[in-house]
Amino acid sequence: MIEYILAVVLFAIGLYGVIVKRNLIKIIIGLMIMEYAVNLFLALIGYRSGGAPPIVEVGKNQIFVDPLPQALVLTAIVIGLGTTALLVSFAVRIFEKYDTFDVRKIRKLRG
Amino acid sequence: MNVLPLFIVIPLGAAFLIPFLVKMWRRIPDLTGTLATLSLTVLAFCLTDKINTARVYYVGGWEPVKGIPIGISMVADGLSVLMLIIINFIALMVSIYSIEYMKQYTDKAKYYILFLLMIAGLNGVVLSGDLFNMFVFLEISAIASYSLVAFGIGAEELEASFKYQVLGGTASAFILFAIAIVYRITGTLNMADVSKVISTTGLNSAVLFSALLFFAGFSLKAALVPFHAWLPDAHPSAPAPISAMLSGVVIKVLGVYALIRVFFNVYGIGTFNSILSMMLIFGLISMVFGGILAVGQKDLKRMFAYSSISQIGYIIFALGLGTKLGYFAAVFHLINHAAFKSLLFLDSGAIVYRTGTRDLEKMGGLAQVMPVTSWTSLVGSLSISGIPPFAGFWSKLLIIIAAVQAKHFIWAFVAILVSIITLVYFMKFYKMAFLGKLNESFAKIKEVPVFMSLPLIILALLGIIMGILLLPALKELIIQPAADVIYSGVNYVQTVLGG
Repeated sequence: MIEYILAVVLFAIGLYGVIVKRNLIKIIIGLMIMEYAVNLFLALIGYRSGGAPPIVEVGKNQIFVDPLPQALVLTAIVIGLGTTALLVSFAVRIFEKYDTFDVRKIRKLRG
Repeated sequence: MNVLPLFIVIPLGAAFLIPFLVKMWRRIPDLTGTLATLSLTVLAFCLTDKINTARVYYVGGWEPVKGIPIGISMVADGLSVLMLIIINFIALMVSIYSIEYMKQYTDKAKYYILFLLMIAGLNGVVLSGDLFNMFVFLEISAIASYSLVAFGIGAEELEASFKYQVLGGTASAFILFAIAIVYRITGTLNMADVSKVISTTGLNSAVLFSALLFFAGFSLKAALVPFHAWLPDAHPSAPAPISAMLSGVVIKVLGVYALIRVFFNVYGIGTFNSILSMMLIFGLISMVFGGILAVGQKDLKRMFAYSSISQIGYIIFALGLGTKLGYFAAVFHLINHAAFKSLLFLDSGAIVYRTGTRDLEKMGGLAQVMPVTSWTSLVGSLSISGIPPFAGFWSKLLIIIAAVQAKHFIWAFVAILVSIITLVYFMKFYKMAFLGKLNESFAKIKEVPVFMSLPLIILALLGIIMGILLLPALKELIIQPAADVIYSGVNYVQTVLGG
C-alpha cells in the first residue's frame, strides 16, 4: 500500500509544480513528473512479489508478473514523449517571441 | 464486412498519403481532406440502419472467451453513431470551408494532415470499447489540436496553445491515473467487463476516487467552470475552421461523450444521486459564468468561446437531472450546439477573412456587403439564443421542462435567465457586426467565396430544418437511441458482451 501512496505523493508534487511554478520549463518538468508518477503507479500495479517474468513454461505453476500494465506503460511513455517534445518546442518558440520564460510576462491574451 | 475500423483507417491513411502526393499536384490536400471526410460522413449515416443493436468489432479477431474479452474491441451503439455523424459531418463542412480560408496560411498540406489526425483520434474515442484505447485516441486528437491551435505561429497563438497543452496534459494525467486505479480494482480495461465487475463490488471508495479523477480530467477537456481557463484563449486563437471544430466537436467528444460513457455506462451512476447532483451544480455554474463573461467581450471569437462554455454547461446540467427526458434534451442540445456553434465560428472566420479584425467595435454595417454571412449569422444567433422555431429553442425548452419535472424549479428559472443572457450577447454581436453604419474602409469588400459560403448555408438550413420539420423523424432515427443508451446505463454490458 505504501508504494501506491508514494506514487500519489509524486503525482501531487508534479501537480504542485504545474500550478505554482512561474517558469515555462519548470511547468513542463511538473507535467513530466505527473506522467512518471502515473507510469510508476501502473508498473507497481502489475508487480507481484516474487513473481517471475510472464513466460509460461509447461508443467510449471508459479506466480507471474502481470504483463498488461507494462505494455500500457510503454504506450504511455511514448505518448508522454510526444507531448513533452511538443511542449518544449513551443517553449522555445515562445522564448523567441517574448524573450522570457516567465509566465507573468507572457500575457498578450487577456483573461 | 464490418465498417467500424474504416472510421480510423480512412483519416489515418489519408493523412499518411498527403505528404507523398502533394508534390504531384498542389490541390491534393484539399481533395484528399474533403473526399476522406465525405466518405466518413456517408459511412456514419449508413450506420443509422439497425441503430439499436450495438455493432462490435474485435481488433485482430480476438473474440471473447467464455464472455471474458481478451482483445481490444470497437463498439458502435446509438450514442457512438450519433457522435460519429456529428464529428464527420462537421468535419466535412470544415474541410470544404478550409479550401478557401486556409489559403492565408502557408502550408495547407500540414494543416490537412493534422486535421485528419484529429478526426482519426475523435472517431477512435467514440468507437473505442476499451478504457486505455480511449485514452490513446484522446491523446492523438489532443496533440493534433494543440498544434492546430498554434497553426499561425504568432505570439498569441503560441501562448494560447501552451496554456491549452499544460491544462490538457494535466487532464490526460488525471485520466490515465483513473484508468490505472480502475485496472487495479477490476483487473480489466474493457468497458463492458469493468462495468460487470463494478456491479458486483459496488461503488466503493476506490471506485469513487477513480470517478472523481475521471471527472476532473474530462471536465478539463470539456472546459467546465472552474476548469475553463484554457478555452477562451485556445478557441479564438485557432484558425476559424479549427475553432469551429474545437467548439463544435472536440470539447463534446473528449469531454461530454467520454464523461457519459464512463459515468453512465461503466460506473452506472444514473442511479447514484450525489454524483448526479455534482454534475448538476458544475453544469449550472458553467452555464451562468460562461453566459455572464460572454456579455462583456469585445472580441468576436472570444465571445463565442465563452458562449461554448455556457452551452456545455446546459448539456451537463441536463445530464445531471438524471431523468429520461433530461438525457434526451442533453443529446438534442448537443447536436444543436454542434451545428450552430460551428456555423457561428465559420461566420466569424468569414468576417475575419474579409475585414481582418476580430474586434466588434471596428465592425458595423457588414450586412450591406456580406448578405450570406449576415443571414447565416442571424440564424445561428437566433437558434443558440432559443428563439422559436429554430432548433435551439426546442432543445432548451426540453431542458427546462426536464428540470421542472425533476422538481428543480429554481434551477429551471436560472436556465431561463441564462437563455435571456445568451439572447442579449448574441443580439449585441449581431447589432455591432452587421447593423448600423458601414465603416468606410470596408465599403469595397465582397461576400466570401463560394467554398466558404456553401458550408455556412448548409449549416444554417440545418438549423432551420431540425427545428421545424425533422424533429419527430430525427428523434426516432438518431436522438432517441442515443438517449436510450445513456438511460439504460450498465445494460451496456449486455449489448456489448451479449447474454
